[in-house]
Amino acid sequence: MVLDSKVPSGPIELAWEKARFEMKLVNPANKRKFRVIVVGSGLAGASASASLGQLGYNVKCFCFQDSPRRAHSIAAQGGINAAKNYQNDGDSVFRLFYDTVKGGDFRAREYNVYRLAQISVQIIDQCVAQGVPFAREYGGLLANRSFGGAQVSRTFYARGQTGQQLLLGAYQALEAQVEAGRVQMLPRTEMLDLVIVDGKARGIITRNLVTGEIESHAADAVILATGGYGNVFYLSTNAKGSNCTAIWRAYKRGAAFANPCFTQIHPTCIPVSGDYQSKLTLMSESLRNDGRIWVPEKPGDRRPASQIPENERDYYLERRYPSFGNLVPRDVASRAAKAVCDEGRGVGETGLGVYLDFAEAIARLGRDTIEERYGNLFEMYERITGDSPYQTPMRIYPAIHYTMGGLWVDYQLMSTVPGLFVLGEANFSDHGANRLGASALMQGLSDGYFVIPYTLGNYLASTKLEKVSEDHTAFREAAESVNGRIARFLEIRGQRTVTSFHRELGKIVWDHCGMSRTAEGLRSAMEKIRVLREEFWSNLNVPGSGDDLNQQLEVAGRVADFFELAELMCRDALERNESCGGHFREEFQTEDGEALRDDQHYQYAAAWEFKGPDSPPELHKESLEFEYVHPARRSYK
Amino acid sequence: MSPATAAGQNRALRFFDATIVKKAIMAVTGLVLFGFVTGHLVGNLQVFLGPARLNAYAAFLKGNLELLWGTRIVLLVCVLAHIVVTIQLAQLKNKARPVAYVKKRNPHSSAASRTMYYTGPMIAAFVIYHLLHFTVGIVHPRFTEGDVYANLVYGFSQWPVSLAYAIAIGLLCLHLNHGLFSIFQTLGLAHPKYMPGIKKGAMAISILFFVGFVSIPAAVLAGIVHL
Amino acid sequence: MKLILHVWRQKNAAAPGSMERYEANNVNADMSFLEMLDVMNEELIAGGREPIAFEHDCREGICGSCGFMINGIAHGPQRGTTVCQLHMRHFHDGDELYLEPWRAKAFPVIKDLVVERGAFDRIISAGGYIGVRTGSAPDGNAIPIAKEDSDRAMDAAACIGCGACVAACPNASAALFTGAKISHLGLLPQGQTERSRRALRMVTQYNSELFGSCTNIGECEAVCPKQIGIEVISRMNRDFLRAGLKDRSGRA
Ligand SMILES: Cc1cc2nc3c(=O)[nH]c(=O)nc-3n(C[C@H](O)[C@H](O)[C@H](O)COP(=O)(O)OP(=O)(O)OC[C@H]3O[C@@H](n4cnc5c(N)ncnc54)[C@H](O)[C@@H]3O)c2cc1C
Ligand code: HEM
Ligand code: HEM
Ligand code: SF4
Ligand code: F3S
Ligand code: FES
Repeated sequence: MVLDSKVPSGPIELAWEKARFEMKLVNPANKRKFRVIVVGSGLAGASASASLGQLGYNVKCFCFQDSPRRAHSIAAQGGINAAKNYQNDGDSVFRLFYDTVKGGDFRAREYNVYRLAQISVQIIDQCVAQGVPFAREYGGLLANRSFGGAQVSRTFYARGQTGQQLLLGAYQALEAQVEAGRVQMLPRTEMLDLVIVDGKARGIITRNLVTGEIESHAADAVILATGGYGNVFYLSTNAKGSNCTAIWRAYKRGAAFANPCFTQIHPTCIPVSGDYQSKLTLMSESLRNDGRIWVPEKPGDRRPASQIPENERDYYLERRYPSFGNLVPRDVASRAAKAVCDEGRGVGETGLGVYLDFAEAIARLGRDTIEERYGNLFEMYERITGDSPYQTPMRIYPAIHYTMGGLWVDYQLMSTVPGLFVLGEANFSDHGANRLGASALMQGLSDGYFVIPYTLGNYLASTKLEKVSEDHTAFREAAESVNGRIARFLEIRGQRTVTSFHRELGKIVWDHCGMSRTAEGLRSAMEKIRVLREEFWSNLNVPGSGDDLNQQLEVAGRVADFFELAELMCRDALERNESCGGHFREEFQTEDGEALRDDQHYQYAAAWEFKGPDSPPELHKESLEFEYVHPARRSYK
Repeated sequence: MSPATAAGQNRALRFFDATIVKKAIMAVTGLVLFGFVTGHLVGNLQVFLGPARLNAYAAFLKGNLELLWGTRIVLLVCVLAHIVVTIQLAQLKNKARPVAYVKKRNPHSSAASRTMYYTGPMIAAFVIYHLLHFTVGIVHPRFTEGDVYANLVYGFSQWPVSLAYAIAIGLLCLHLNHGLFSIFQTLGLAHPKYMPGIKKGAMAISILFFVGFVSIPAAVLAGIVHL
Repeated sequence: MKLILHVWRQKNAAAPGSMERYEANNVNADMSFLEMLDVMNEELIAGGREPIAFEHDCREGICGSCGFMINGIAHGPQRGTTVCQLHMRHFHDGDELYLEPWRAKAFPVIKDLVVERGAFDRIISAGGYIGVRTGSAPDGNAIPIAKEDSDRAMDAAACIGCGACVAACPNASAALFTGAKISHLGLLPQGQTERSRRALRMVTQYNSELFGSCTNIGECEAVCPKQIGIEVISRMNRDFLRAGLKDRSGRA
């Protein structure tokens, strides 16, 4: 397998322009003859379906929720970046590009990131025109806020519901195309396999989640926009349904999986309250602007916060990072929290939590100011935990939030399987080893609105595609294997529920391939995962049948894939003998505990190729060049 | 129903079949009926000014045929339209929730708003009885054409009749209590700023009407109004 | 704490359903309502019975997947809160709870507490959008929008499409949902050109889905997790009537 990134030659500023000019175009009259499958209706999938529908392609869009509007993008809170420089504070396309490459700890592809920064500007225009009610100033113009990892104010937002409003904009554009008859929307339909004919992606196998029917869908190209795989950890800020099945099936059909171990941990989430916990809730990063993070000085100090005197508190971030203090980047803040909890200084029943204290801020700015800034967040916190951050300090703990890894794609967003395109969080993305806040929404919409409409056309116009229909043997073969798998789940009739397996798997991955990793930890994890997977396939209990709505069966399929992905993550983490971004290997740190990158040996994207169930996957390296932003070590001291 | 057929019907469905238009008809006719009731109340209260005054007023109404039939026709049309729409919407209401809840609570809305479909028909029934009682007179103990005052006194001196009136009027006022507010919503005139005021106004008017109307049978029973 | 649950069980759209009694024995006050059901489902499976099916995804009160009646109130007792954000500390030991799916002709039950809400998508699809081709948009700051207007548009746009308004409405009307989208887009300058068309088409669609008519009762706004007020219904009525009178043909 050769990894050809297909980045255009010449100056980066003109690369996208040049690439677009060189692309072949599809004759307008022929567009409707091309059948395109889009799996996913999140920001990436919905914007792609809508845009391709507008161009006249014959689109089928799938999602597993009951409506495309419920895709997980809906949960994004903080905002979306764009190099508009409306604030006149020195922002520019180049600065956004620079911040993203640096934030990604120099593990992203420069040309993709530059294109992303260029397109960011159009995204805002597009969304405003669709009626997305972005926050505005009294003058009636768009407002901005600043976000982690940037010194300029370039984040656009709609209250705490930016993702919702952006998704509704894309969803409405999608529904308009449904009305126009150019897009067929198939909700409650889960993709369970990718179908390849003559080496090209030509369709998918799906399960109708209501009737249980296994259906085949043929097409001329397949686009996956199925989101991230953070739920491999069981507890994450992702929606319960978020899963890796679509991309994992594609991986097993030959698409390379890149940087699986690059996962992002968000420092400010509400801690686990008990073993019934089903997911974790994010508290916006902005809280760290006014909250002070601390833990008791002495291990095992069980007194309530109010009774711990000032001199017995350890404001560890302010102590370790005098210049950035509580505002260090996500990965640094998260590791520091884990460190103090490992020392037994964590707070709350579980001992897995640190205080985020607003007492000082309230004293300084007054309750009203704080309420105006964080009122809705405080409310949400109180709704979930039952206590008010105005009286007692918040308890927070890091949680898995985003996955930078995903299917490897070239500059055209095409995977290593011709005709299989991957958008949004599902691809290995433009974020390298760490994503800056408010950049995922930007990437999803950039991919869907402004990149795929060109690159897909180029593929279709320049590729010879013979007619393929659903009765092709490849479809029958794939459908059979899907049916077989479902039958197996139902036949085991063991003792343990799928959730109990998922929870245990998540714990293993979290402990060994989470915030910090070690070689032998990863090795033991891979072993534990294999053992647990054995048990899963022999002792799983899936009640009910396969021919109606069966939520346990759905989850079983997803968890089965998480098992395999988890092993690949550990393998990737083990292979990468350096610390960078979200990937922290304890063996590779400076004397004062900071991440130690190894550009000489690891300045590449690791793309794994599936080699069959019994042989290990093969690693392919796409080496990364940095012509415009020169690798430097991040320091926040 | 499949999306396709839904979309098909959708196109076929005409503006005047839209529930919002039906609601607008309700609102307008309701407003007219309200206008009549208001006038009727004022007219009836003249009973306290003695027989001569009231009978003169009645005679005047009866005397001017254009006015009389003009109003009657307008009223009739409105009541009929109001009723026809009621029937249509009631049918839709029943279709819209074929399976009822085992438990359903409506803690945030007024009884008046939820009972429009019941108070309405009861008012209709009352009006029919009322016409036979005072206009045609066949359900009246000793009806004398033209002597409205006497008709009232004899009519209401039977306390069950008076009670029936009080109840019917109570229902009407309940109907108005929600109806008067509802008009604004239906015709798209509502605004969060002054809706609370409108609710209060509707309440005040319905109470006023209740007192006003009921005062008449009450006065008769109390002997304040007598021959 | 211990709870007694009466839950609507129905195998599929065709099968008849009935209320079944369950006991939730080890309920923790910090659990969310859905976590309480998760735990109960684990016990049911262990006992060889079928778990209760309910819709959910984000569990953060934003995707609109979740929702059912708790003792006759959509999304349960806490105002402005979806069931996934409702926590057990609002209940007491020994409480007896009735869980039923949304009830409406337009929302057929698929299984247990899961209903089909495709009608909402079809209402949006009929006109709940601003037709702007990708790439054809002017600069984001080309049209200034008064903060008040954009804030009011945002209030209406907050709708999560959960369907609680329909479930709570004694007439099973979708007026609040439809009105919210018509108001969101109608309050913005970008939304003006299609304003009449949007109102006519969305309302006609909502009628053809056999939702009930709105009697301005107001239960909907009380259960709406985003606390959208019924003024959006009035706005919808105004836009629709105005559009219809302008458009002589009377066709939508
Ligand atoms: C709590 C939270 C807050 C966030 N806040 C921000 C923020 O403020 N700014 C920011 O930039 N980013 C934020 N992010 C990240 C961002 O929201 C996501 O990365 C982004 O929305 C992903 O969009 P997507 O379109 O790629 O995938 P998704 O939105 O996850 O959509 C996935 C789609 O694929 C479908 N799907 C998945 N698998 C299958 C299958 N097998 N078959 C059929 N369909 C399938 C799903 O139904 C869904 O429609 C946040 C993330 C979380 C969890
Ligand atoms: C003097 C008699 C009456 C008056 C003054 C009156 C007034 C009104 C008013 C003002 C409304 C509010 C319309 C709206 O919602 O915008 C209304 C609604 C209604 N009326 Fe009447 N009405 C009268 C008699 C009746 C009768 C006789 C019936 C039925 C047979 C009836 C049935 C209804 C119903 C069902 C509604 C609710 C309509 C809806 O909101 O969907 N009314 N009425
Ligand atoms: C105590 C209360 C009321 C009294 C004393 C009263 C009295 C009368 C009298 C005396 C007449 C006959 C007039 C005539 O024939 O010259 C009459 C007619 C009528 N009343 Fe009433 N009325 C009362 C309440 C109501 C109410 C609540 C309604 C409406 C809901 C109503 C509706 C009518 C109508 C429609 C007529 C027929 C008018 C006509 O002849 O065209 N009345 N009323
Ligand atoms: S209006 Fe409120 S209740 Fe109705 S769907 Fe939207 S959010 Fe749910
Ligand atoms: S409860 Fe129903 S009647 Fe109208 S105001 Fe709300 S939709
Ligand atoms: S699960 Fe998303 S709103 Fe409740």
